[in-house]
Amino acid sequence: MEWETVIGLEVHVQLSTNTKIFSGASTRFGAAPNTQACGIDLGMPGTLPVFNENALRKAVSFGLAIDANIGQHSAFDRKNYFYPDLPKGYQITQMDHPIVGKGQVEIMMDDGTTKLVGVTRAHLEEDAGKSLHEDFHGMTGIDLNRAGTPLLEIVSEPDIRSAKEAVAYLKKIHSIVTYIGVSDGNMAEGSMRCDANVSIRPKGQKEFGMRCEIKNVNSFRFVERAINHEVERQIALIEDGGTVVQETRLYDAELDETRSMRSKEVANDYRYFPEPDLLPVEIDDSYIEAVRSELPELPDAKKARFQSEYGLSEYDAAVLASTQDMAYFFEAVASKSQEPKLSANWVMVELAAVLNKSNTPISESPVSAENLGQLIVRITDNTISSKMAKAVFEGMVEDGSDPDTIIEKKGLKQVSDTSAIEAMIDEVIANNPGQVEQYRGGKDKLFGFFVGQVMKASKGQANPGVVNDLLKKKL
Amino acid sequence: MSLDRSEVENIAMLARLKIDEQDVPRYVDALSSILDLVDEMQAIDTSGVTPLANPLDSVQRLRADNVTEDNQREHFQSIAPATDAGLYLVPKVIE
Amino acid sequence: MNTDSLMINSTLKQLSEGLAKAEFTSAELTDAYLQRIAATDGDLNAFITVTADQARAEAKEADALRAQGKAGPLTGIPIAHKDIFCTQGVRTSCGSKMLDNFTAPYESTVTDKLRTAGMVMLGKTNLDEFAMGSSTESSFYGPTRNPWNTEVIPGGSSGGSAAAVAAGQAPVATGTDTGGSIRQPAALCNLTGLKPTYGRVSRWGMIAYGSSLDQGGPIARTAEDAALLLNGMAGFDHKDSTSKDIAVPDYTADLDKPLDGLRIGLPEEYFGEGLNSDIAARVEAGVKELEKLGATVKRISLPRTRLSIPAYYIIAPAEASTNLSRYDGVRYGYRCEAPKDLLDMYTRTRAEGFGEEVKRRIMIGTYALSAGYYDAYYNKAQQLRRLIKDDFQSAFAEVDVIAGPTTPSPAWKLGDKSNDPVSMYLEDIYTLSVNLAGLPGMSVPCGQVDGLPVGLQLIGNYFAEAQLLNVAHQYQQVTDWHQQTPAFG
Repeated sequence: MEWETVIGLEVHVQLSTNTKIFSGASTRFGAAPNTQACGIDLGMPGTLPVFNENALRKAVSFGLAIDANIGQHSAFDRKNYFYPDLPKGYQITQMDHPIVGKGQVEIMMDDGTTKLVGVTRAHLEEDAGKSLHEDFHGMTGIDLNRAGTPLLEIVSEPDIRSAKEAVAYLKKIHSIVTYIGVSDGNMAEGSMRCDANVSIRPKGQKEFGMRCEIKNVNSFRFVERAINHEVERQIALIEDGGTVVQETRLYDAELDETRSMRSKEVANDYRYFPEPDLLPVEIDDSYIEAVRSELPELPDAKKARFQSEYGLSEYDAAVLASTQDMAYFFEAVASKSQEPKLSANWVMVELAAVLNKSNTPISESPVSAENLGQLIVRITDNTISSKMAKAVFEGMVEDGSDPDTIIEKKGLKQVSDTSAIEAMIDEVIANNPGQVEQYRGGKDKLFGFFVGQVMKASKGQANPGVVNDLLKKKL
Repeated sequence: MSLDRSEVENIAMLARLKIDEQDVPRYVDALSSILDLVDEMQAIDTSGVTPLANPLDSVQRLRADNVTEDNQREHFQSIAPATDAGLYLVPKVIE
Repeated sequence: MNTDSLMINSTLKQLSEGLAKAEFTSAELTDAYLQRIAATDGDLNAFITVTADQARAEAKEADALRAQGKAGPLTGIPIAHKDIFCTQGVRTSCGSKMLDNFTAPYESTVTDKLRTAGMVMLGKTNLDEFAMGSSTESSFYGPTRNPWNTEVIPGGSSGGSAAAVAAGQAPVATGTDTGGSIRQPAALCNLTGLKPTYGRVSRWGMIAYGSSLDQGGPIARTAEDAALLLNGMAGFDHKDSTSKDIAVPDYTADLDKPLDGLRIGLPEEYFGEGLNSDIAARVEAGVKELEKLGATVKRISLPRTRLSIPAYYIIAPAEASTNLSRYDGVRYGYRCEAPKDLLDMYTRTRAEGFGEEVKRRIMIGTYALSAGYYDAYYNKAQQLRRLIKDDFQSAFAEVDVIAGPTTPSPAWKLGDKSNDPVSMYLEDIYTLSVNLAGLPGMSVPCGQVDGLPVGLQLIGNYFAEAQLLNVAHQYQQVTDWHQQTPAFG
C-alpha cells in the first residue's frame, strides 16, 4: 500500500528579550545554575507575574510577519501539571485567546517548488527550567534559570507531507524569527525547539491516522531523521497488523530512534483555566501599526525584489533572502560589482563552500563583501580570467587580503596586450613547423594544441579570447 | 452529586496527594457533601452569560523589559530542602 | 507612666496622639504590648510568631525618627500581621506545616509599606491554614480562642489578628479577606474590619488562596483606626498586575461628613431564613441609628445571594488548587522524609504538609477544573459570579450603601463545626458575594447576643471605602458597642 505522511509541527521559539516574560530576571544564556531565577521564577509564595511588553511586541511582530490575525483581546491561562522544573506546578500559557491567530508561510523545497503551510496559531507562554540528569548522589538537579523565559509556540496546520517539507517549514520559521529579530534562533542553545505530530494514512484517504507526538527534535537534521524513523515505525506497525497508539515519543539523537515516554503515560489532565493573577491583554490598532512600522523587509518580499531587481532565479533569490546576514552580504557584493548574477553565484557557490567547510556564519566570512565585489570587478574588466579568479579567491580566504594585492603578488594579471601575445604566437609557430603543416592541411583539431602552447608560454596569463583571435589570423 | 472511590483516588493523584486506603471513604463523604451543596447552582440557567474571571474591568499592564533582579541564589537556596552545586535536588527524574 | 492600663482600650488614634505628645515612647508602648502578649497568649494562641527583638529594634528606630521630626500618624504604632504576609527573615507559615520552616526571603508590599510608615511589627498572627476556614481552627499551630469567651472561636481566617486586637495584644492588625476572613472575625470579636475593593491593596507577598478574591485590609477597634491603617496599606503596586492604578484618598478626610441623604439598601435575602433573630434585631437597631443620622432606608433585593455559596466554593477552591501546587517540597518548605521516588516525594510531601481542610479544598478545586467537569462547575460558577456582580450594580443604581448582618450566627464553640465543612461554609452566606463581585465591605460592632459580639455589615460600590468608613465612623459617634471590651485577662 502507498502511504501518505501527515505532519503538524509545534515550534517553540525563545523570544530574545532581556528579561523573563513575567519577571525582571535576566534571560542571558549560559549563566551559573539558578543565578537568574528570582522569586517569581522560583514560584515563591506570594509572588505575582507582570507581563513583559517586549515579549508582547515580539509576538505581534511574528504574527504580522506571517500575515496572521493578531489577537487584540488575548488572555493567559494556567496549564496545571507537576514536574520539578515547573516551579509553580502550572505553566502560564494561552489557551483560548492566543496572541497570534491564523496565518501562513510559504516553504520552498530543494527543487525550487513552493508550498503554503498554514499556521493555526501562535501563543505566548513561559519556558520551564532544566532537569540535569547527571548523577547528584542518585538525584536529579534542577536549574531554573530558563524558567520564565518567554516562548512563542507556533502551531502549524497538519499541512506538511514529508520530513523534507518539515525541515523546509522549520527553516522558514527560523528565517522569519531571526529576520525580524524576535529570536536568536540558536538551536544548539535551545532557542528553537520542535515537537512533531506525525501520522500516516493510505494515500487518498481523507481521515487522518492516529498520531504520535515526537518531542525533542531540536535540529534541522534531527527533525528529518526523527520523522522518517517515526513514519517507518508506523508503517511497519500497521503493515504488521498492529495499530498506532496515540502517545508521546522522545527522539534520542544518540541512538537515532524514537521511544515511548513512559513518564508521560500517567493520564494528564491539564485543567486549563484563566490565570487570575493576570488580566486580559488588550492591544489597539495603533500598537499593531507601530510594530508593523518597525518590521524589516521580510524574506518573501526580499526574495521577490531580488528576482525583479537583480533578475535572479526564484531559487537563488530564495536562498539569498533566507537570512538577513546572507541577503545583506549579497547586496553588498552586487552593489560593488554591479554584476548581481555573478555575485549571486560567487556567494552561493564559492563562498558558501568555504563557509560550510569551516562552519562559519556569513557574518564572520573571511572574505569581505567589498573584496568579493572587487574580485568580480576584476573578472568583468578582464584583469583576470574566471579560472584565475578562483586562485585569487583562495588567496583572499587565506589571509583576508583584497584581490588586487593578490593578483599583484602572485603575478596573476591577465595579458591582453596583442603585441606581446603575437610575439608568443610567432615563437610557437616557428618552433612547431610539423604541426603547422598538418593544421593547414586540414587537421582542425590541432588548434587546441596551439592555444595550449601559447598559454603555456604566457604562464597562463594570456587572455584566452585574444589568443584565439590572433592564432586564427596567423595560422 | 456524589463521587465514588475511584474518582476520589483519581483527583488525589491529579493533585499529588497521597490518601491512605482507610481515609478514602472519609474524603468520598466530605467531597460528595460539598458537591451536593454546590450543585444547587446547576438549576440556574446561565446560558449566554459571559463568565467573570476577575472582578476588575481592567486590562493587563505591561512591564518594561529591563533587568531588575540580581542573583540571590544563596539567599533563596538557604531555605531549600536539598541543593548541590547551585542546583535544587529531587529524586531521580525518569523520562 | 503606666502604659499597660491605657493601651488595652486605646485606639490607634489615641496612641498616635500620645506618641506625638511624648506621653510615652514607641519603645515603651511596644514593651507593654509584648508583655501583654506574653501574659495572655498562652490562653488565646493568637500569635504564631512573636518578633520581640525585631519589634524593640523597630520601636527604637521609630522613636529616633520622631526625634528627627519625621513621624507620621502610624510611626511607632505596634501592629500584628496575619501570618499570610511574607516578612523577610521571619517565618511566614500561613498556618501550615508546609511552611513551618519557611523564612520568607522577601517582604510583602503591605508589610513593607507599613514598616516604611514607621509601624512596629509585634509578630505574626494565627489563621486557618492557607486562610481556608471561618474559625481559625484549621491552623497547624492549633486554634485561636475568642477573648470574649475562650470556649468559642474568634472567626476566621484572620482569627489571630482579630483575637489579638480584641484582647489588647495589639492596637491594630492586618487581615486578608477571600470570602469574609476580615469581616467575620471582626464581627465575632467586636472589631471594625474592612475588606477593600479588589485591587486596592497590593497582593504582592500575600500568600495566595483565591487569587481573584483575596484582598488585604485593616482590623481595628474603630472606623477611624481602620481609615488610618488603610491609608498606610492601600495603593497601586506595579508588582501586582491586578492592582488598580488610581489615586488613594485620605480615608480620614470624609469621616465627619454628615449622613444626610445617604441611601441605604437592606437586601431582603440578608434577613431571611437562617439568620439568628437576635442578630437580626441588633442589625435593624443599627440601621435605625443610621436613619437617625439622616440616612434613608430602602428594601432591595440581591436575588443571587444564596448562589454565592456554590459559586464561591467552586471558584475559591479551583484557584486554590493550583495556587497551592507550588508546595511540592522542591525549593522551600516541607519535604517528606526519605522519598523513594519523585511521585512519592510529591504525594507524601503534600499529604503530610497540608491539613484536612486544605486537602479537601484542593481536591474539590481539582475536580471542578478537570476534564468533563469544567463547564458544569468552574465555568458555571464564573457565570453566576457575573450575575452576582450584576445584582450589586443594579442595587447601587438605587442606593449608596448596602447594610445587613455580617454573619448569620454568633461565634460557635470550638470543635462544633470542625467535622462538618458544609455547615461551616453556610456561615459565610453574607460575606462571600462581596468578594465574588470585588466590592469593598466592612463589619462594625452592633451589639451582643448572649454575651458574644455581632457585626453590622456595610457594603459599598467599587472604591467607595471612604464612604463606608464615613458611615461606620458616624455610627460609632452615636453608639458605644465598639468601645466594649471583653473581660479577658
